[in-house]
Amino acid sequence: MPTVSVKRDLLFRALGRTYTDEEFDELCFEFGLELDEIEIISKEQGNEKAHGASDVVLYKIDVPANRYDLLCLEGLVRGLQVFKERIKTPMYKRVMPKGEIQKLIITEETAKIRPYAVAAVLRNIKFTKDRYDSFIELQEKLHQNICRKRALVAIGTHDLDTLSGPFTYTAKKPSDIKFKPLNKSKEYTACELMNIYKTDNQLKHYLHIIENKPLYPVIYDSKGVILSMPPIINGNHSKITVNTKNVFIECTGTDFTKAKIVLDVIVTTFSEYCENQFTVEAAEVVFPNGKLHTFPELAYRKEMVRADLINKKVGIRETPENLAKLLTRMCLKSEVIGDGNQIEVEIPPTRADIIHACDIIEDAAIAYGYNNIQMTLPKTYTIANQFPLNKLTELLRQDMAAAGFTEALTFALCSQEDIADKLGMDISATKAVHISNPKTAEFQVARTTLLPGLLKTLAANRKMPLPLKLFEISDIVIKDSSRDVGARNYRHLCAVYYNKNPGFEIIHGLLDRIMQLLDVPPGEKKGGYAIKASEGPVFFPGRCAEIFARGQSIGKLGVLHPDVITKFELTMPCSCVEINIEPFL
Amino acid sequence: MLSKLLGIFWNRGKDPDGSKDVTIGCGSSRCSLSFTSLPSPPPSRAELATELGVEHQTVVGAVKSLQALGQIIETELRSTKRWELTAEGEEIAQEGSHEARVFRSIPPEGLPQSELMRLPSGKVGFSKAMSNKWIRVDKSAADGPRVFRVVDSVEDEVQRRLQLVRGGQAEKLGEKERSELRKRKLLTEATLKTYWVSKGSAFSTSISKQETELSPEMISSGSWRDRPFKPYNFSAHGVLPDSGHLHPLLKVRSQFRQIFLEMGFTEMPTDNYIESSFWNFDALFQPQQHPARDQHDTFFLRDPAQAQQLPMDYVHRVKRTHSQGGYGSQGYKYTWKLDEARKNLLRTHTTAASARALYRLAQKKPFTPAKYFSIDRVFRNETLDATHLAEFHQIEGVVADHGLTLGHLMGVLREFFTKLGITQLRFKPAYNPYTEPSMEIFSYHQGLKKWVEVGNSGIFRPEMLLPMGLPENVSVIAWGLSLER
Repeated sequence: MPTVSVKRDLLFRALGRTYTDEEFDELCFEFGLELDEIEIISKEQGNEKAHGASDVVLYKIDVPANRYDLLCLEGLVRGLQVFKERIKTPMYKRVMPKGEIQKLIITEETAKIRPYAVAAVLRNIKFTKDRYDSFIELQEKLHQNICRKRALVAIGTHDLDTLSGPFTYTAKKPSDIKFKPLNKSKEYTACELMNIYKTDNQLKHYLHIIENKPLYPVIYDSKGVILSMPPIINGNHSKITVNTKNVFIECTGTDFTKAKIVLDVIVTTFSEYCENQFTVEAAEVVFPNGKLHTFPELAYRKEMVRADLINKKVGIRETPENLAKLLTRMCLKSEVIGDGNQIEVEIPPTRADIIHACDIIEDAAIAYGYNNIQMTLPKTYTIANQFPLNKLTELLRQDMAAAGFTEALTFALCSQEDIADKLGMDISATKAVHISNPKTAEFQVARTTLLPGLLKTLAANRKMPLPLKLFEISDIVIKDSSRDVGARNYRHLCAVYYNKNPGFEIIHGLLDRIMQLLDVPPGEKKGGYAIKASEGPVFFPGRCAEIFARGQSIGKLGVLHPDVITKFELTMPCSCVEINIEPFL
Repeated sequence: MLSKLLGIFWNRGKDPDGSKDVTIGCGSSRCSLSFTSLPSPPPSRAELATELGVEHQTVVGAVKSLQALGQIIETELRSTKRWELTAEGEEIAQEGSHEARVFRSIPPEGLPQSELMRLPSGKVGFSKAMSNKWIRVDKSAADGPRVFRVVDSVEDEVQRRLQLVRGGQAEKLGEKERSELRKRKLLTEATLKTYWVSKGSAFSTSISKQETELSPEMISSGSWRDRPFKPYNFSAHGVLPDSGHLHPLLKVRSQFRQIFLEMGFTEMPTDNYIESSFWNFDALFQPQQHPARDQHDTFFLRDPAQAQQLPMDYVHRVKRTHSQGGYGSQGYKYTWKLDEARKNLLRTHTTAASARALYRLAQKKPFTPAKYFSIDRVFRNETLDATHLAEFHQIEGVVADHGLTLGHLMGVLREFFTKLGITQLRFKPAYNPYTEPSMEIFSYHQGLKKWVEVGNSGIFRPEMLLPMGLPENVSVIAWGLSLER
C-alpha cells in the first residue's frame, strides 16, 4: 500500500478547515485511507531556516494500491472535498493549442525495447515551492507503484520553453547517446552514465531495465537536445523549476494502457494550477506505423448500474436518487435515468480503478458508510465436513501427546544441506522441489522429510532435561510428474526420542501404539503391519527397520547414525520413526 | 532430648492447677525459652533451656520435632512489641543528650566553635543546642567564631525520656515523642516472638516413629489403625506428570477449526504447498504485473519450474478477462502470457486453494450453496526477523450463495469474531485485487486502547467467479486472517 506524506497545515488549508488528529484519522478510515503515522520535523533540523518556532507536522497516509489519483496532496484534497460535498468533481478538458500542436514521433527502433510513448502539455502552470515538490513526489509515487519501478512506464517532465518540437522518440546505441544528465555539470555517454549510476542509491534500481539491450531509448527535440533517456534519467537542459511556465510531459513504456493512465493522473491532478483550470493542452504522437494519436485521452466513460443491484449487493435499501448522490460523492457523477431504477454513472479519467459495476457498488457502499450497513446472517444452510486427512491428523496429534510426546511446529522450507548432506544423502535422490529465488540458504528447498526439523528443534532444546520426546504431523513435498504442478504433499508423522540410551524400544512402542489407534493389527497378513530389517544412511547399521502396513512401505524407524547426530549438533543417542499416514485414511 | 522434654510436660501436668504451659521465645533482640504457668498462680517464668541445662536452639529444635509428630503438643505463636534503646540511646540515658553535653562543655567565657566541633558530641549537639536556643555563636570574635551559653541551665528532656523507656515505661511517652526519638535512632521497636506450648490431644511421654506412607501390608494386616502417620506438607509442589504437549499455535488452529465446524463450514483441501501462478494469481484476477508476483515477494520454483497441466478452457476465459475484459469488465488491457501463469511457486495465500474449491463447485450443476474454510501454511519470500516469517498460517472462510450482500459478510464476521471473544468490530474500505467491495476488519484492543486490524475480507470479483462458470447471481463472500497474529 503506497504511503503519501503531506504537510498537515498545507492539507488543512486546502481542505478549508482544521481537524484534530483523531478527527482526521476518523475521516481517513471512513474514506478507506489510513493515517499511518504522524511525524514532526522540527524546523532547525530541516533544510529550511527557522523562521517562527513552529514545527512541520507530516501526515503519512496509506492509500489503496489502485487509487493512483490519491497519490499526492492535490489528489487527496480533491477526493476528500468531493466526498464531504464541499466541492464538485472537476470536469477535465483537453484543449488544442492556439499555435502549433506539440508532436512526438516514435521511430520503429523503440519496438524491441520500449515501444509506447504518450505526451501532453500543461500550459501556463503556476508552481510554488510546495506545488513543485508535490509534482515531483507524485511522479516518484507513480514510478514506484503503477509504473512498477519504471519497468512498465517512465515519466519525463520538461520545461517546454527550453525546447523546440517536434520531438523524436527513438532508440540508439549507448555509445551514440551523449548528453548532460539531470543535475550533472558535464556530458556523458550512456555507457558512462550506466556505470556512474551503479552506485546511485536511487537510480541503480532501474538500470537493469535497459542495461543489456543493444539500443537504449532516447528522446530528442528538433535541435538534437536530449530530453531524456527513459527509464533512467532526464537531460539537464529541459529541467523544470519552480519558475517553469509550460511543462511538456512524456511517458514511455512497455504497457500502453498504464502509460495512458499515468499521463491522465499527472495532468488531471496538476491542471488545477494552470491558468485555464482543469484544461490540458493536447499533444500528438505519431506511431511507427504512421498512425496519429492525440493525448491525453481524458476519456469519460458512462456506465449503467441498476439501483436495485447496488442495494442487493450491499444489503441496503436506498432510493435511486440517494444512491446517485452517494456515487457523486465518490467523484462518480451519477444521475437517475430511464425507468427510474437505472443510474447513469460517469467514470472520470482520474478513476482508472473503476473497471466493473462491482467497483461502482463498492464506492456506493463506502459513501453510505460500511459501518452503517445492517449486519445480517445469510440463510445459507450447509452441513460441515472435515477434510479427512486433517481429521485423521487432529486425532493422531492428541494421542501422540497423550503418549508423552511433545508437538513441534517446524518450517516446511529448509536448506538442501538439511535434507541431503546432513542425512548422508545426495540431493538428487531426495526428489525435492527447489526454490529459484530464496533470499537466504534456509529456504532452498521444501522438506522431503520431517526429521531435520525435529533434530533442529532438539538441538535448540539441548538444555532441557532428558529424555526429549518430540513429534510433528505435517506435510512434506515430493516431485510428482503426475500432478498438475509436478509436485505433491504427503502427510507425514515423525517422532524422535533423545536420551542417554537410544531407546529404540520406546520408538518401536510408539509405532505399536499408533497402529493400535489406527486399528491396524500386527502381522504380515493383509491389513496388518510389520517391520523388517532394513538400512539407510540415516540409521546406525543394524538398527533400522522398514515399516510395512496395509501391503505397502510407509516409512522407517531406527537408531540414528552417529554422523547424523553430530551433523545436527547433537551429542546423545537418538531414535526416530517417520511414516506417511495417508494410507490410513 | 524429646522424651526429656516430654517428661517435663508430664511432671508439670501433675501439678495441682494442671495447666502449665511452656513458652519458647525467639525475639528479634534476644531469645528466650520460658516456662509459664497460667492462669493462676500468676505467671512464673522459667527458662526451659536453663531448666534442662541445654542450648536454647536445641530446645527449639526439639519442640519443632514434637510438633511434627502430630497432636502430642500444641504450640501457639505469640508476638509482642516493645520499645528498646539503641546503643546510642543507652549511652544518652547514661550520659545525657549530645546537646546537653555540648551545653555543659561551654564555659561562661565561651568556646571557639572549631574546638567545640572536635568534642565527641560536637556536631550533633551543636545544631540541636542551637535550635533549642541554648547557645549562640559570635562570629565577630577575634580568633574565629566563638560559642556562648544563652541560658544558665537546661532540662535534658531527651535523657529523661530515654530513661523512662529504659525503665519499661515507654507507654508514658506520647506517640510523637517516641517517633522523634526513633528518628534520631535512639529507640527501636523490637518484636518478641514466643511459642506457647501446651499438651496436645495425643499427648504422650513415649514417642513412637510415625509412618510416612500407607503400605499394602498395613492395609492387609490392618496395622494402619494403630500407627501414627506423618502429616503431609500441603504447601509443597507436586511432581509434574510425565506428559507430552500439543504445540500452542496448533492448539489455536484446532480452536479455529472448531469454530468453523460449529458454523457449518466444510474444510477445503490445502495439502498442496506448490501451486501454479495460474491458481495463485491469474484465477484470482490478479494481473501479471502485480507487485505480489515479483521475485522479491514470492518463492518461485526452479524445479519443477512450470505447471504442465492447466484447465485450458478455463485458462482461456481467464486470459480474455485479464487482457480484454468481459463479464461486464473492462479488464486490465495488457498482454496476458501463458508462460507467466505456468510458473510454479510456493502458494502465497490459501486463497489459491479457495479458487480451486470454487472452480470445482462451479463445475457441479445445479449450483449448491457452500461454506468453506481452510487453515494452512502460506509462504512469502522474506528474510526472517522478529516481525517477518517466510511461512505462516492463513485462516480463510468462504461462503457462496445466491444474493449474498456486504451486510451478510459483516454479519458472518460478527458471529465468527464473537466466537473468538472479539465483539467490538468496525470495517474500513480497502483494496484487494480479487475482492470488490473489500473491507479490512478492525477490532478494538482493550490493552492497546486502539483499533487494530484483525483481518481482511470482501466479495470476490465477478471477473474471478464468472470465468469459473459460477452463475451470475451467485456471490461469494470471503475473509482471511493470520493464525500467528
